[in-house]
Amino acid sequence: MRFQQIDQFAAELKADTRAAVYDGSKKGHEKRTKLLFDEYADPDRLRRIAGEVKQHVVENLDTYLPQVEAKLKANGVIVHWAATAEAANQAVLGIMRARGATKMVKAKTMVSEETELAHFLEKHGIEALETDLGEFIVQIDGDHPSHIVKPIIHKNRREIATSFEENGLGAYNDDPQTITRRARHFLRHKYLEADVGLTGANFVSAESGRLVLVTNEGNSRFCLAATKCHIAMVGIEKIVPRDYDLALFLNLLARSGTAQELTVYTEFISGPKSPTQPDGPEEMHVIFVDNGRTEVLASDCRDILRCIRCGACLNVCPVYRQASGHAYRSVYPGPVGAVLSPLMMGDKFPQKADLPKASSLCGACHEVCPVNIPIPDLLLRLRNRAKEENVPSPGTPPMGAWALLASQPTAWRASLFGGKIINYLPTKLLPIPALRAWEAKRSLPAWRGGEFRKWLKTRKGRANVSPPAPSRAEAKKAD
Amino acid sequence: MLNTERKPITGKRVQLMATCLCDAFYDDVAAATVQVLEYLGVEVVFPEGQTCCGQPAFNGGDWAASRKVVRHTVKTFAGEEPVVVPSGSCAAMMFHGTVLEFENEADLGEVEALGRRTWELGDFLVNGLGVKTWPGRFEATVAFHRSCHSRGTNSSSAASTLLGSVAGLKIVEFGEGEQCCGFGGTFSVSFPNISASMGALKLDHIRAVKPDVLVSGDMSCMMHLGGLAKEEGKPIKTLHLAQVLREALKNGKLL
Repeated sequence: MRFQQIDQFAAELKADTRAAVYDGSKKGHEKRTKLLFDEYADPDRLRRIAGEVKQHVVENLDTYLPQVEAKLKANGVIVHWAATAEAANQAVLGIMRARGATKMVKAKTMVSEETELAHFLEKHGIEALETDLGEFIVQIDGDHPSHIVKPIIHKNRREIATSFEENGLGAYNDDPQTITRRARHFLRHKYLEADVGLTGANFVSAESGRLVLVTNEGNSRFCLAATKCHIAMVGIEKIVPRDYDLALFLNLLARSGTAQELTVYTEFISGPKSPTQPDGPEEMHVIFVDNGRTEVLASDCRDILRCIRCGACLNVCPVYRQASGHAYRSVYPGPVGAVLSPLMMGDKFPQKADLPKASSLCGACHEVCPVNIPIPDLLLRLRNRAKEENVPSPGTPPMGAWALLASQPTAWRASLFGGKIINYLPTKLLPIPALRAWEAKRSLPAWRGGEFRKWLKTRKGRANVSPPAPSRAEAKKAD
Repeated sequence: MLNTERKPITGKRVQLMATCLCDAFYDDVAAATVQVLEYLGVEVVFPEGQTCCGQPAFNGGDWAASRKVVRHTVKTFAGEEPVVVPSGSCAAMMFHGTVLEFENEADLGEVEALGRRTWELGDFLVNGLGVKTWPGRFEATVAFHRSCHSRGTNSSSAASTLLGSVAGLKIVEFGEGEQCCGFGGTFSVSFPNISASMGALKLDHIRAVKPDVLVSGDMSCMMHLGGLAKEEGKPIKTLHLAQVLREALKNGKLL
């Protein structure tokens, strides 16, 4: 392959899909910026504080996890620990089987995407229905989410209307309200039939053991209204120290993710049904999922575990906008995914070592991140890791010869002058891959190597102020 | 966070880091930088052993190769004077990138010290020397491209301050001004499709406001955008901030 997979994917992307992704993410970003800067004098300060709180959690998980477990147990919650995706799925299956349950309604949770829970349960004869509208459409289409907040950002309403028609949800109609009404009608019955409701958690307070869920469709409430058992699958990094911290995080999450002051529904769940809490499921389980997170924690990229899954970095990313989420071949696409997805591969890191290269390192992701993750720095660390592990990188020019030249001033100056030959060569025909890639899209400016140095020495009325370069022998000694 | 704390300016002597792009392609930008600094009475020293800031290998992931070049650069720019560079990207490499790739190296201190006295040109003029207005005249409608490596630094606001003060010069804003041009160093050749699409989008926004000239503090963005426009058969005029300032002086008979 001459170029990177993600670049190839972008080149072959349907124009419709690119337009849908570009428009959706651009609008999301612009609304977010307006809202944050209209309402806060210094939103950057909020991002920095939130980043420090989450970094503190990430670096003290060994303290917080036992604390949160004790709180949850005291609240009547059954706590499970799953080291792998498989273990997490088995834990869910175990709970379902113990109850003799065969039907589940699911709210949107990224961790269940990681473990491919719905597919797993279906293989074991259990119906696991997505109730978030976007996820529902992904499910009936046999597709994958392409955005962590807006799973169907890559689809337009005509495509959705077609898949509704194909799945027996009424004749073709691409009116968004009709689509929503049909989905709602279909799902209402399912909520009533299901034995178990599964959710994720956006935050878990270590102080109170409260789970916090944010949604806009109210589907997670329905998932917990009629079912007898609630299972929450939660990544181990989802903890915040105190309930008090939620003020900061909820304000940032909704604004960063969907440009809302607050999502339509914010649920605080303190445990199953009890004498003091007469509503809700009678049984509640929390499954804490590791699935590669402790490895991320052990790496020099642990800052990525601060992520609160708002999707702002996807929306602002110019590469994501051109390539779409599916280009990343991962549950987590975009800038956050380019860091997280290869790390979560563990030993199979090389399979996704190309993801961190899919960035011009423009830094927009860092600028918008509500927990101030220095994503470009982490991408760079992973690029260096890929190099150290000798993972091939198509299209990346080799740097060894360049480094040799750029650390020997005499050779550098000679090549500046010698490079002029390029002005006389048919550069579009030269078998130099980087040059070919450049010239396929862009003209090369004229080579004027050494002209500045000549000007500096020969211009009138000014003394030459260049101190002598160190001799090669001196340079060697210093090395 | 970017390490942008600078040593205060004392004396009127600087070392010029011309950048490898100016060394190879854009000699007039380096010359304009010298002329602008000298107009302000600054003595410019050009350490002749200089090559490159090391960023190509750093961004390409070959940190061992990059460190080799950075060590050469640290040696070349020995001394106490501020180092001025007509590029936000190379400046950010010196005060941020190098710190990242040297964090486990014994000579991190020397690398950090060079970063603390390295200034992007516009930042140096406005925040180092305290120049807030620029004399002379430059009759043109200018679109100013904020290069990405100036994010979180004072460079873009400094350039706007200077350009905005030049008589005859009008700055026009264009759509999605905060978005990257698509250059990205090695990204431009390993992701040529995405890189060019990003550039085309930027050019559309710029052309929509019909500027006479596109100005930036980074020639890498200009090389990419200018090269794309030329290849499309619709060339655009590009200038570096230093060239605009120098032309303003010339037009005002100050140079």
